[in-house]
Amino acid sequence: MHRIYFDHNATTPVHPAVADAMSVSLKAEFGNPSSVHHFGQQAKAAVDRARSAVAELIGADPSEVVFTSGGTESDNFAIRGAAEACHRAGRRHLVASAIEHEAVLHTLKALAKLGSTTTTLLTVDETGIVSPDDLRAALRDDTALVSVMHANNEIGTIQPIADLATIAHEAGALFHVDAVQSAGKIPIDVKALGVDLLSISAHKFYGPKGVGALWIKRGLRMLPTSTGGKQERNRRAGTENLTGIVGMGVAAEIARGRMAVDSGRIDGLRDRLESGILQAVPRTTLNGARTPRVSNTTNISFDRVEAESLLIALDLEGIAVSTGSACSSGTLEPSHVLKAMGLPTHRTQNSIRFSLGSASTEADVDRTVAVLPGLVEKLRNLSRAPVRV
Amino acid sequence: MRIVVAMSGGVDSSVAAALLAGQGADVVGLSMQLYDQSGEQAFGSCCTLDDLHDARRVADAIGIPHYILNFEQQFQETVVSNFVREYVAGRTPLPCAHCNSELKFATLLDRARGLGAEQVATGHYARVDQAPDGRWLLKRSVDPAKDQSYFLFSLTQDQLARAVFPVGALSKVAVRAEATRLGLGVADKPDSQEICFVPDGDYASFVAAQAPAVARAGAIVDQRGDVLGSHGGVHRFTVGQRKGLGVSSSAPLYVLKIEAETGRITVGSRNALDETALTASRVNWVSIDAPPGWIRVAAQIRHRHRAATARVRSLGDGRAECVFDEPQSAITPGQAVVFYDDDVVIGGGWID
Repeated sequence: MHRIYFDHNATTPVHPAVADAMSVSLKAEFGNPSSVHHFGQQAKAAVDRARSAVAELIGADPSEVVFTSGGTESDNFAIRGAAEACHRAGRRHLVASAIEHEAVLHTLKALAKLGSTTTTLLTVDETGIVSPDDLRAALRDDTALVSVMHANNEIGTIQPIADLATIAHEAGALFHVDAVQSAGKIPIDVKALGVDLLSISAHKFYGPKGVGALWIKRGLRMLPTSTGGKQERNRRAGTENLTGIVGMGVAAEIARGRMAVDSGRIDGLRDRLESGILQAVPRTTLNGARTPRVSNTTNISFDRVEAESLLIALDLEGIAVSTGSACSSGTLEPSHVLKAMGLPTHRTQNSIRFSLGSASTEADVDRTVAVLPGLVEKLRNLSRAPVRV
Repeated sequence: MRIVVAMSGGVDSSVAAALLAGQGADVVGLSMQLYDQSGEQAFGSCCTLDDLHDARRVADAIGIPHYILNFEQQFQETVVSNFVREYVAGRTPLPCAHCNSELKFATLLDRARGLGAEQVATGHYARVDQAPDGRWLLKRSVDPAKDQSYFLFSLTQDQLARAVFPVGALSKVAVRAEATRLGLGVADKPDSQEICFVPDGDYASFVAAQAPAVARAGAIVDQRGDVLGSHGGVHRFTVGQRKGLGVSSSAPLYVLKIEAETGRITVGSRNALDETALTASRVNWVSIDAPPGWIRVAAQIRHRHRAATARVRSLGDGRAECVFDEPQSAITPGQAVVFYDDDVVIGGGWID
């Protein structure tokens, strides 16, 4: 069966050039980057090359880039590190949007549970875009940090980060942006965004899993969240994930080169898929604003269809999509993003996310649009009262 | 043809899936997540996170797709709430039968049909057969010690037509051997508890946690009505129970009757538990239409009861009357009575 992959926001396939570079590094460079000798120097140089490539992807200076184990660690590091540093200055209030990734939301929850901080979550309207006025109203004298994602993982909407960061800074708060879903999809310039901290993850842009980075604006005081050796300029202890970092560097380089061409093409495919589904399947609704939105994502609710069943039906047809967020067992829960947008239950439980990528084709899109009406009709015919005895 | 297998992660449904896949069927494995698995509230001994992982592993080993469906809400609304309601009403529930007819062969079957599968297979020890006139029959499994037809009596013709029990023709020993032969890694898992969502067997605490009002004191009386003691709620008792009565007596005392409205528990000697007749409600006639006159059957009144000869007739309105040839001990309201003709299920109902 030819399988179609429309779940690039979950993860992307590793680019062959990335895999090659990792394979070469894995075989040839085994040194510990902290070692003084030749082997260490060789490994250190590889890490530094990758650091420069990642820095270029986001318009940063290499010295500001700290490698981590991925987006979740980067988010944790940014929030916990900044919160702890600000705590000493008496700033104990954290603000985030309600449509953040769990890595942010659950970190805020954990900090609030410790009793040292309080939290305000900014809800959004059904466009899925955070309002600058809401942020202004939420800020307090003791706000330490505001965390808002660049592009939302479920609906793809792009947040007005530069405006929000300006507002946060006016109140003396730091600004963290989770750019995991935008890096590699849209240009990022940390200076133009005017933020203090920015998280990215390699496997969302055709790099390997288990490696990411946190950009920390030069001069920003951060407490490390793990302690040990003096790696990453004393900011993140532990021997570097050399192979992963090498892969991330190559992935960043490729992403920077291909972004303009790729996103234009994927944008066209996404629109073809979106309008195709909305036309071919009755009682479907697009979730979130059409613009501004990353080029690869569309999120659609299918009235009277349990998303869980439609996802399985599509997978049995060889089409991989996603819905909501998976819990520990792999079952699905209603999307907290759509809930935060104020959508009624029947829309939060019936939504499917399609996220395209560089390997997606027009044929993939057309096959999906062709298959969906039949699957949906079958599921709708059965959503009646269950057999009773 | 596509067929869905309800996979619990146990040895029986794992082998059921493997047997069907081995026959070349287009098998899709589905597991039902029945409780919150987020950690703090996790309970249950069947379909826990470990079991779901086992099901996934087995599906991978036999090369079939596998998905986990979130049925927490449906399980709570159908099976758990009924379980609690029955205890509150002074009856002794049989949740597995509800789970079969209202979840596995209802909600799950519907989901399966939405995925293009017309049948649902489970790891039950029972057999489905079709009579010459087209009527679907439910039969005991070939392994009498493992037979689970008692828990399946309430399946309708439509449900039986779509039910497949691949291990019903095998003994438990053979099923375990098959699991070993196929290297499924679940061959030595212990048999599951009878009531999966109360793994510690402390039904009283479970019911009280879900329906706190039930923990209301009442009197324990003898058959003459003399008060022998008091108790902490009717949910702590089942007919035939001897332990935990908290009253002392020269001869052993057994629970004879539970009256939820007054909170009164009547106790007496073992002989007093013997009864010859019962009536049942919501009767499901399987192999025949409701018989207006008496017919001869073997009637089973609980899972571990040896079916006893009796006569039974329909009272209309989904009710039936059953009279045993010999008195039976502890006929328990809330349990099922299932009527057999040899190994064929004639029908069954809920004891009043």
